[in-house]
Amino acid sequence: MPKAKFDILESRCVPLPLENVDTDQIIPARFLSATTRDGFGENLFRDWRYDKSGNKNKDFVLNDPIYSGQVLVAGKNFGSGSSREHAVWAIADYGFRAVISSFFADIFRNNSLNNGLLPVVVREDFLSDLLEEIRKKPETMVRIDLGRQLFTILPVGKSVSFEINPYKKECMMKGLDDIDYLLSIRNIITAYELRNNPGK
Amino acid sequence: MIPKTLFDKIWDSHVVQSIEGGPDVLYIDQQYIHEVTSPQAFAGLKARGIPVMRPAQTLATADHNIPTKDQDQPIKDALSRNQVDKLDENTREFGITYYGLNHPLNGIVHVIGPEQGFTLPGMTIVCGDSHTSTHGAFGSVAFGIGTSEVEMVLATQCILQPKPKKMRITVNGKLQKGVTSKDIILYIISQISTGGATGYFVEYAGPAIETLSMESRMTICNMSIEMGARGGLIAPDEITFEYLKLIPNVVNKPDFASQQEKWNLLKSDTGAGFDRELTFDAGKIRPMITYGTNPGMGIAIDDSIPALDDISEDRTASFLKSLDYMGFIPGMRMLGHPVDYVFLGSCTNGRIEDLRAFTKFVKGRKKANNVTALIVPGSKKVEQQAIKEGLATILKKAGFELRQPGCSSCLAMNEDKVPPGKYAVSTSNRNFEGRQGPGARTLLASPLTAAAAAITGKITDPRDLLNE
Repeated sequence: MPKAKFDILESRCVPLPLENVDTDQIIPARFLSATTRDGFGENLFRDWRYDKSGNKNKDFVLNDPIYSGQVLVAGKNFGSGSSREHAVWAIADYGFRAVISSFFADIFRNNSLNNGLLPVVVREDFLSDLLEEIRKKPETMVRIDLGRQLFTILPVGKSVSFEINPYKKECMMKGLDDIDYLLSIRNIITAYELRNNPGK
Repeated sequence: MIPKTLFDKIWDSHVVQSIEGGPDVLYIDQQYIHEVTSPQAFAGLKARGIPVMRPAQTLATADHNIPTKDQDQPIKDALSRNQVDKLDENTREFGITYYGLNHPLNGIVHVIGPEQGFTLPGMTIVCGDSHTSTHGAFGSVAFGIGTSEVEMVLATQCILQPKPKKMRITVNGKLQKGVTSKDIILYIISQISTGGATGYFVEYAGPAIETLSMESRMTICNMSIEMGARGGLIAPDEITFEYLKLIPNVVNKPDFASQQEKWNLLKSDTGAGFDRELTFDAGKIRPMITYGTNPGMGIAIDDSIPALDDISEDRTASFLKSLDYMGFIPGMRMLGHPVDYVFLGSCTNGRIEDLRAFTKFVKGRKKANNVTALIVPGSKKVEQQAIKEGLATILKKAGFELRQPGCSSCLAMNEDKVPPGKYAVSTSNRNFEGRQGPGARTLLASPLTAAAAAITGKITDPRDLLNE
């Protein structure tokens, strides 16, 4: 089924300079009882965003009016822990279209790519520079050009290229879906089954 | 022939197609599903108007979002009840076997799969749960996936997946008394950090692994994800085969003998290449406990929390945030710190062996008054066995109550929550902020360390009580 396409994104950034942000922080388990994919953005980073009484925690970046944008910039090992895709749904539902970090947990990265949320891996020193730039000038614009695999901090003109699997890149750019692809090779899958007799 | 790792042998034999410059199309032998990460996948199938391709190769259970008391009553929380009902409905509609609540074979997905003989050596196994790595203990390639991928496997019995790199972790030597496989894995994670194996599939090897029981091996493989690994596995051997021979579903299959011959070949060839090799000495491992908010933040129970000088500058902010949450200060000792809750259970340590070890430890002793304990078997079968073996009676005499099976306080989706600010020594797998309830402070440890804390009401080295 067709998904939203990703080509070029220009946006301000929301900085979250913490390492090992796990999916329990992104969306706590008590909000996983829903049976649809919608509405998880409301509880994104719930326990950091709100205090015990449910009031907004002014110190948390999502509640800071200085910062806005569709790009989340996070410390290393973002999305570790649980495989819950709800974490990606929450980030995307909140309005983010890309997450920048120096590395992502494997399952989180796969889940992101399967939902049109672009995980961009940059070197640790570049990530520090970017965070510093955003700290100094919260209005800093960045540009993500998926076709050229280029991430640019616009005001300073500093660019860095990023890696993405060519197949996944094409899927993101064309809004394609893995299941459509797998269904298209069903005959190859059944031929594999005939050769290998699995499930026996 | 080029020598191959065990992981390569299994992965490569399951590649249906390699996409140029892309992931592999990997055939999945067995999928497990549960109520929390499957409803959106079934909704996807319905939207596409397609069936489940091989319903016999998926097994469903309800475990994450269920109470561990009064399971014969309707689930009180409306959202949880709806989610469990949805799984019942979906499995009926799509023809999938479902061990629901009150089914005699119900239990935590990673406990019942091996217990009922669905998990076998050489298989590829997935589940919408990161602790799927547990099944690697049988010499299978098992890993956690997201809901979109659950839908992929339901629809096509395949998954698109980039092949991870390979790491071998060899554990030499012999464990000291009072030290368990949980301590081995907590020790390894503390050495390489919570992201230290990201991008890798880990094979555990060496004398200290080979001598472990199947259940202890499952504990180790279970926590592979806590160092970021895609999965973990152990070559099957006589201990594996002896375990499998006791499972009627496995041993009664007509081709069991020929299967076993094939399983004998499942080992890494001499000279097979790993991208990274690590070696540890089991003799140096002491009982472990975590002090922070990720499983890599662990120390030997009689050590001190690292001082600020021991932490690199770029990690200081995260380290202090973590300690602030835990109510600890850098450099402090943990022994003797009061404990409010003890949780024995989860897919990490909710098997009969864990219940036996805990029960043996508390036998003839009394639970401390300041401790609330949750003793939660991993499955109906474990629960029944604990009753049959008399463990439930011993536990009761010592002041403990045996709950009904489920994931329970490991992720606290149900009522089994640790209150804000309270300390819980937990045999589960994650000490993330709020994992056991908002504001809860989790200290990960082995069943023995949990038992010691339950008896004394404070963080206690289990070796001190074993020698009494």
